[in-house]
Amino acid sequence: MYGNTYIENSEKQNKLTANEDPKKLAEFEARIAAGDKIEPHDWMPAEYRKQLVRMIEQHAHSEIIGSLPEGTWITRAPGFRRKLALMAKVQDEVGHAQLLYSAAETLGKSREDMLNDLIKGNSKYSNVFNYPALTWADSAVIAWLIDAGAIVNQLANSKGSYGPYVRALERICAEESFHLKYGHDNVVFLATGTPKQREMVQEALTRWWPPIMHFFGPSDKLSVHTEVLMRWKVKMGSNDDMRQTFLDMYVPKIWDLGLTLPDPNLKKNEETGKWDYTEPDWDEFKRVINGDGPCNKERLAVRRMAEEKGRWVRQAILKKDSQYVAPLS
Amino acid sequence: MKIKSLDPRITRAKIDENTQEGVLNPMDHFQTYEVFEQKKRGTHHCHVGSVHAPSAEMAIIFAKEQYTRRGQCVNLWVVKTSDVMVTEYLDSDIFETTETKSYRDPNSYKVMDRIKAFKERQTEL
Repeated sequence: MYGNTYIENSEKQNKLTANEDPKKLAEFEARIAAGDKIEPHDWMPAEYRKQLVRMIEQHAHSEIIGSLPEGTWITRAPGFRRKLALMAKVQDEVGHAQLLYSAAETLGKSREDMLNDLIKGNSKYSNVFNYPALTWADSAVIAWLIDAGAIVNQLANSKGSYGPYVRALERICAEESFHLKYGHDNVVFLATGTPKQREMVQEALTRWWPPIMHFFGPSDKLSVHTEVLMRWKVKMGSNDDMRQTFLDMYVPKIWDLGLTLPDPNLKKNEETGKWDYTEPDWDEFKRVINGDGPCNKERLAVRRMAEEKGRWVRQAILKKDSQYVAPLS
Repeated sequence: MKIKSLDPRITRAKIDENTQEGVLNPMDHFQTYEVFEQKKRGTHHCHVGSVHAPSAEMAIIFAKEQYTRRGQCVNLWVVKTSDVMVTEYLDSDIFETTETKSYRDPNSYKVMDRIKAFKERQTEL
């Protein structure tokens, strides 16, 4: 699920490609412009490699960390079928992390280095997972709407230029169609149920709306950097475009269930064809993504515990003559 | 401080919030294997991705979990990535074919023209 990324916008274009061979750079750009894909051992600009590693790695981290708030409700899922479905969904998310780590590894960063950067807090994951799933209804809202947002991002990114990432995303998107249906089914069940159930899902939706609006990231600055990354098909659309696509697809479905969203300004502007909304609280977004959210500490502590408690098993089965090489594709 | 979580399993694990353990060393996640899946009998095995595993046996188990959760599969192969010999994309001109190899192309054999001309000559005689 969960692919939103935060690209650093600090560098100037002349710095981005200053040290690159102009002939190779021109060939590289021509290949991408022609719709061809870049493969692991192809020549690529250092900045292309750096941003892709950052992006795919963040996406992978989001998958494993994202399975924590959802996993919260496995032990108390209402009914055996829902429990099985939730376990299957969480297993998918962890599987998606594996696919994505492999794709990032082809660019030269080892899985151990990526996981270390996660548990030391050096690299980010999707900010929404720093919030708690307080009730079963929260897990339903996550499964429906966070996955929906992720699919908007991932479908766009699956048209990108880097072969291994594109292949991973195609498999991921195919598997996530079940997540979306499962989440929608759970939300609909509550929204069409007893007054208590309706109240539960409404409260969860109200809680999750601000993180959902944060999910796509702040408006992109119209920088040269963004322009280059879009030309290289690393970034496939602006954060605002992704947010608009999501609102267009899902707000009508939410309102259709008689549920409300906690933003009085949210409406489709007939003149512009775009959604108007209250600007999300980006100060909170920055505060939480930099560590000060309700669940940041727990998420990373659980991850560290998993690595630490699994260590003796991994050491027991590691063969002495093993030699690591990056996956082929 | 031990974490009190909404997830009872995490609370039971009594995790220290500030522990700095868990840092990984190289090879902690093993070497990689490439995975080939056959969707049904009679078709080719196709490359679907890779897994990290300490041995081929474990690689098969992980590959089954990772790549066959949906749809059909009848057979899996895994092979150590380090054992795979690959060509370079830079050398992809080795796969180019030239006009001089048209003898490999069924469309380069135009017998009907010759047969037609032959028959025309026969009737003229």
